[in-house]
Amino acid sequence: MEHVVIIGNGIAGVTAARHIRKLSNKKITIISAEADYFFSRTALMYVYMGHMRWRDIEPYESWFWEKNNLTLQKGYVENVNTDTKTLHFTEGNSLKYDKLIIASGSTTHFFDWEGQDLMGVQGLVTKQDLEILEVNAPNNKVCPRAVIVGGGLIGVELAEMLRTRNIEVTMLVREEAFWANVLPKPNAEMISKHILSHGVDLRFNTALDKIIGDENGKVKAIVTTNGEEISCNLVGIATGVKPQISFLKNSNIETDKGILVNRMLETNIEGVYAIGDCAQQREPIGNRPPIEAVWYTGRMMGETVAQTICGKKFEYNPGNWFNSAKFFDIEYQTYGWVFSEKRKKDYEAHFHWKCKSDLRCVTISYHRKSKEFLGINTFGIRMKQEVFDNWLNENRSVDYVVQNLIQANFDPEFYKKYENEIQSEFFKQPVNV
Amino acid sequence: MSTFQRNMSLTGEPPKTINTQQKIASALGLIGLTLLFLALLNIAFPHKILWISISIILISGGTIWFSIAAYLHKPEGIKNDGVYFKSLSSKGFWAWVLGIFLTLFYVVLYWFPEYLGFMTEGENTGVISLFDPFSNLLNGGPASQWFVYGTLYTIAILIFGIKFILKYRHNKYEKLRTYSVMFFQLGFAFIIPELMAGLNSESTTLPYYDLKNIWPLNYYNFDQYRVDQFISSGTIGMALLLFGIASIFIITPILTYKYGKRWYCSWVCGCGGLAETAGDPFRHLSDKRLIAWQVERWVVHSVLVFVVLMTTALVHSYLGNDSSKYWLTKDVFLVAVAVLLTAVFAWTFIFKREELQKDARLGAIGYFVIIISLVGLHFFSGIDLFLFNAETLRTTYAFLIGAVFSGVIGVGFYPIFGSRVWCRFGCPMAAILGFQQRLFSRFRITTNGGQCISCGNCSTYCEMGIDVRAYAQKGENIVRSSCVGCGICSAVCPRGVLKLENGPLEKRIDSNEILLGNDVDLMNYVNGNQ
Repeated sequence: MEHVVIIGNGIAGVTAARHIRKLSNKKITIISAEADYFFSRTALMYVYMGHMRWRDIEPYESWFWEKNNLTLQKGYVENVNTDTKTLHFTEGNSLKYDKLIIASGSTTHFFDWEGQDLMGVQGLVTKQDLEILEVNAPNNKVCPRAVIVGGGLIGVELAEMLRTRNIEVTMLVREEAFWANVLPKPNAEMISKHILSHGVDLRFNTALDKIIGDENGKVKAIVTTNGEEISCNLVGIATGVKPQISFLKNSNIETDKGILVNRMLETNIEGVYAIGDCAQQREPIGNRPPIEAVWYTGRMMGETVAQTICGKKFEYNPGNWFNSAKFFDIEYQTYGWVFSEKRKKDYEAHFHWKCKSDLRCVTISYHRKSKEFLGINTFGIRMKQEVFDNWLNENRSVDYVVQNLIQANFDPEFYKKYENEIQSEFFKQPVNV
Repeated sequence: MSTFQRNMSLTGEPPKTINTQQKIASALGLIGLTLLFLALLNIAFPHKILWISISIILISGGTIWFSIAAYLHKPEGIKNDGVYFKSLSSKGFWAWVLGIFLTLFYVVLYWFPEYLGFMTEGENTGVISLFDPFSNLLNGGPASQWFVYGTLYTIAILIFGIKFILKYRHNKYEKLRTYSVMFFQLGFAFIIPELMAGLNSESTTLPYYDLKNIWPLNYYNFDQYRVDQFISSGTIGMALLLFGIASIFIITPILTYKYGKRWYCSWVCGCGGLAETAGDPFRHLSDKRLIAWQVERWVVHSVLVFVVLMTTALVHSYLGNDSSKYWLTKDVFLVAVAVLLTAVFAWTFIFKREELQKDARLGAIGYFVIIISLVGLHFFSGIDLFLFNAETLRTTYAFLIGAVFSGVIGVGFYPIFGSRVWCRFGCPMAAILGFQQRLFSRFRITTNGGQCISCGNCSTYCEMGIDVRAYAQKGENIVRSSCVGCGICSAVCPRGVLKLENGPLEKRIDSNEILLGNDVDLMNYVNGNQ
């Protein structure tokens, strides 16, 4: 019986395992050093905030694994020998495989700052990060003030978490507004205001210079690139993540920033695949970055590689881009491509609408000449993926999309509808910006 | 004593969860409760109206002030911070104190009302006497333990309803739903029946009738004394009796078809009303495990069978044998019940067999065989219908289900088992509505493509213990008989994945192996192969 070994029990690895199990009775072993059972990484924040217990963020009950004949093994893979098809663990044991799927995920990206090894400097990616956070910032007596470096999704999550324990938060954002390298300026500005309203001290155009420790090796303060010193007890590093592939450095598996894979998610070694955050496409797919550290892309790669391993080869061929997040109280969804001013294509034009409340806004991107609909950012209004997916596949015009926007509405019943307001603003506005 | 998870927190302590204003407000509310407690100890209050007013104002004012202090200074949004850190909402010390207090209250209420001061002869004393003037005003008579209970119950739904509205003030669905349960409790469950009781005279003796309380939740609606009262009260009485029958056989199926069981369970029902308002802080305590769902299906449907048997036996016991006196005789009634049950059973198995799980099929067949053979046995050998005396069945049901399950366990254990234990495991009305909802309703919760991140907020905050996430992460609609449509899963979802909707029955229950967003060919290949 063929033995499929999966390194990593995150969404990518577990999805692959589930789908392989559906298609075959191969022996499947899932290895993790991080947690006994698969959990939702995106829900780590809710455990610290007291919304859920650890077991609530585990999507499957513990009997699930045995029932589906999925062997779980706890251990840290130290070395992969692809010649003998053997994994070596730091614990000293080893494991043979026939097919290997590497789904080891990401880890916090530190940029070699002075003082980054001090106690109290941490990211928020793993279960261990959450445990350390409970040590570093259990309450506002142990940790009256925190500085978060980086204005992105992990940064705002960390800010929301710490604010629930009344810890003062300063957030250093390199750009002129929160997440402005991804969001168009009007979106970024609205979210920035919202974050400020939750008592977060947002510093724009500011980055981290160095971290200063005290005599016990703990964080005492940081110095910004503007030369300002801010005393703090916690430094949250939220400047992005990078593939966790250090255990492959002595192996024959070819890596760059991540594990290099072709469209079949195959590495340079036959029978070894890489999926999820740790995989790097040799050629980027469409507008997508070569490394996609997103929940659902991990899931989709797992779905795809399972078919390939079970004999029906499929390329990883993701459909239209989409994503979502929540910034404190404002939900965000995006379908298709809406780029920030910095990354905007020459042909891309934007239409912006914002609600008077400053809690909702919509940005629609379209082709300047052809008026083809390219994508939408929606904040505070829920919209349906299926509808936009169809419109993008059908190359609908922006006029059509705006006229039929109500079809995409996914807000709960009785909610106020803003589509008329959006339409009238769109059609009275001079086209092109 | 809190169950704050120490494995995630080595040195941590949860943040202070209530502020100074909340503390003062709590103190006021507790003083109001203490006044009632003092009355319980038979401390004679000279001016009953004054003291009962002060007590109720303190309790209500304290609760509302507490809610304002808790929510109004914060931005609109989900307010679940620290739910699992607070003793009261995480089965800690205060949860047990409250649970024991409520349980004792129910025990006294049901079986020892004299300790509350209820006197069958002579003047009431204690707490109940405090409510006498108010009772006089509404229905012209002295208070009973049920009047006191009804008043406190209504106040609880109103003041905790206000709290809930403040907590979810960004969510119009939640607000409307809460206005609705507050309205139905105050009007239909409390004021109208009391006024109706006050209007009774020599010629009309209408029973106390909460019009929205439908059989079989209202298991005593067809008791002999009530039916006699209905019939003896002329046209109004007959209209009410017919309304009671139409409620369950005509109105309920139509509304459930159109809107799902939520039209009742989370918009109208009094039990649901209390669970959604006073019970809201405990909604996450419901058991989400698969085993709990399996137990739920057996227990709730057993209660339904019990209430059907009991009511059939009871009505049968007081009907006559002579068809020349009245067309509805014992035999006609029994045949009618048998025909109705057979029709439901046959319809389900002919048209909906595919939608039933294996254990549901076995259960349905088993129960059907038992009921029909009992009826048959009675018909052909004349033994006691259902082997037990009808009155015995009725008192057993009233004790076990009506009092112990719905009251003592259902509400008394709010802080331990969550707010919907009765609705989920015990309510026969919920079982009927759930059956309709699962098999022929336009209601469902839809999911939004591939946006689910399996975070678990929906499952955690489902008061009915539905593992919503299990469906959402598969892109499958949630069509579950137990769903009461409270809408909280949709509210707490951080990614906008869930929506309560009414829509066509076709393709209502469809699961996908692969979610939207992946390669179209792959999706077609895998989902087509299912």
